Amino acid sequence: MNVPSDLKYTESHEWVKLGKNNETATIGLTDFAQEELTDIVYLDLPKVGDEIEAGTECAVVESVKAASDIYAPLSGKVTEVNQAVLDDPAIVNEDAFGKGWLFKIKLADPVELDELLSDSDYEEILSEKESQDEDEEEEK
Amino acid sequence: MRESLIFDLSSPGRRACSLPAFDAPAKPLTELVPQDCLRQHDADLPEVSEIDVVRHVTRLSQINFSVDTHFYPLGSCTMKYNPKINDRIASLPGFANIHPYQPASTTQGALAAFELLEQTLCAITGMDAFTLQPAAGAHGELTGLLLIRAYHTARGNPRRKVIVPDSAHGTNPSSAHLAGYHVVTVPSNNRGEVDLEKFRAVLDDEVAAVMLTNPSTHGVFETNILEIAAMAHKAGALLYYDGANLNALVGLARPGDMGFDVVHLNVHKTFSTPHGGGGPGAGPVGVKKALEPFLPVPRLKIVEREALSIERKNADASRFTLHAPRLAWDYDRPQTIGKMRSFYGSTGVLIRALTYILAHGDEGMRRVSEVAIINANYIKAKLKDLYDDPFPQACMHEIVFSARLQKKQGSSARDIAKRLLDFGFHAPTIYFPMTVPEALMIEPTETESRETLDRFIAAMRQIAEEITRNAETLHNAPFTMPVTRVDEVKAARELDVNFVKRDA
Repeated sequence: MNVPSDLKYTESHEWVKLGKNNETATIGLTDFAQEELTDIVYLDLPKVGDEIEAGTECAVVESVKAASDIYAPLSGKVTEVNQAVLDDPAIVNEDAFGKGWLFKIKLADPVELDELLSDSDYEEILSEKESQDEDEEEEK
Repeated sequence: MRESLIFDLSSPGRRACSLPAFDAPAKPLTELVPQDCLRQHDADLPEVSEIDVVRHVTRLSQINFSVDTHFYPLGSCTMKYNPKINDRIASLPGFANIHPYQPASTTQGALAAFELLEQTLCAITGMDAFTLQPAAGAHGELTGLLLIRAYHTARGNPRRKVIVPDSAHGTNPSSAHLAGYHVVTVPSNNRGEVDLEKFRAVLDDEVAAVMLTNPSTHGVFETNILEIAAMAHKAGALLYYDGANLNALVGLARPGDMGFDVVHLNVHKTFSTPHGGGGPGAGPVGVKKALEPFLPVPRLKIVEREALSIERKNADASRFTLHAPRLAWDYDRPQTIGKMRSFYGSTGVLIRALTYILAHGDEGMRRVSEVAIINANYIKAKLKDLYDDPFPQACMHEIVFSARLQKKQGSSARDIAKRLLDFGFHAPTIYFPMTVPEALMIEPTETESRETLDRFIAAMRQIAEEITRNAETLHNAPFTMPVTRVDEVKAARELDVNFVKRDA
């Protein structure tokens, strides 16, 4: 599973790329999330100027399989929204960590950064998920 | 055969009827309607004869899957057969030809039927009062949550949060949100029930309500329901029952006895009224005594009961004792949340539900639930060696399988659902509940015979074998339908719901 080392992560499968001096952040969905969702058909993203609060739902992603909430990894004010993914949500499936970014924020509280997961923490969560599935199978 | 679009049947100038010459004073449209409200071009309408329309629509209806034509095991939807007697009774002129603006003195029969339905639903669910007004299940949810908000507000604090399990119907969090509440999700345990420890952790004095359905959407009975109710009530929260799964409980257990304070019912599920499809629906809401003052207006009120009691004691009709209460609409309810819908609800739908209940009687209604549970467990027992069965205990009226073993072989729940169409079965619910990967949620209902279930089981077993042999082949299923696999991604991404005539 692709988990770039220069990003931070959440348990709910968002990624965060920090800007200069940790004042800004770019936020997106992980490769794992887009794969689980399958083909994404619609995104409802916050608007520029919206205040979002860490840990609360701030956007919605819809695939042919399900509609899911996206949770704000950090609190802050939205400064930019990726119009390209609104026009063509398939970009998130094709390049979740790159062109498929969702929106950018100006951080309200840098202390929250301590709550985010490192790439190795996140990889651990993904591998636990996998081994859970396998354990269950062995029980059968 | 592919059915043409009605536009492709169009021929310039063809008409379905000829209208008589206009015999009233005429004025040009431009004098009657402001210029900016007028079309710039004529509407693109198909020009067809009446027989063209009738044949086109009849053919479409024949292509369609429906409960009247096919087994329809759509989980969480209770697609049971709608007995034709329901339509017959609802068509009686005393129900079908009345108008809501008629004086109540002229519609006493219909009002008595409403009153009887309210009492019957109270008896089935163990609640103290019912309103029949809400127009559908989700509308009932919103009504219920507004009642809960009014209840807490009257006690000084509307509270902020509503707890729903991770397996909840999507309408639960949506309704809570619409009623102004913040939604908190509580995870399920490995038996598919609410995780009590995690529930305790999110329960506090800002929780207005806990919304549950029992059996849960995992198709299993919430065995800790009494403890959940006690915990919720201790925190001052109310317990809300989503009636979507009541088909498992009628005559066997009552939400009111489990501690639920508010319930909504989906009469199109448990009580065999037609599934809306945009048509009229009904989502009656029942409450315990403490919430009764807040119910929507108008309420039915018994003006006189004794005065109009008619007892016939002559030889021909000595068996009949007719107690006819005189009923009226009561708007004088100072604590009401107001009106949720025009008048008093969808009369024709409510009469169908009452007919169904009376046709079965209390014993019959209990048999409905018992057979629904037996049918689901029969399917579970006959398929669990091939399809992963995530929860160990017996199921209630529906069974949730996971197609993850098939997914590993290269076919998804969607492929299985599509392939079932070739066998003449409607697909089960797939990818819900979201807590089960590759979910296949099958609800046979009590109306299916053992022979039908056996044919369905045989089809599911054959599909599992096909996947083991060559999973690839299922990717293009169905093969025998007028339309084979459609591109759902393209349809959703390039949403195009208007017909625009293109010049040839």
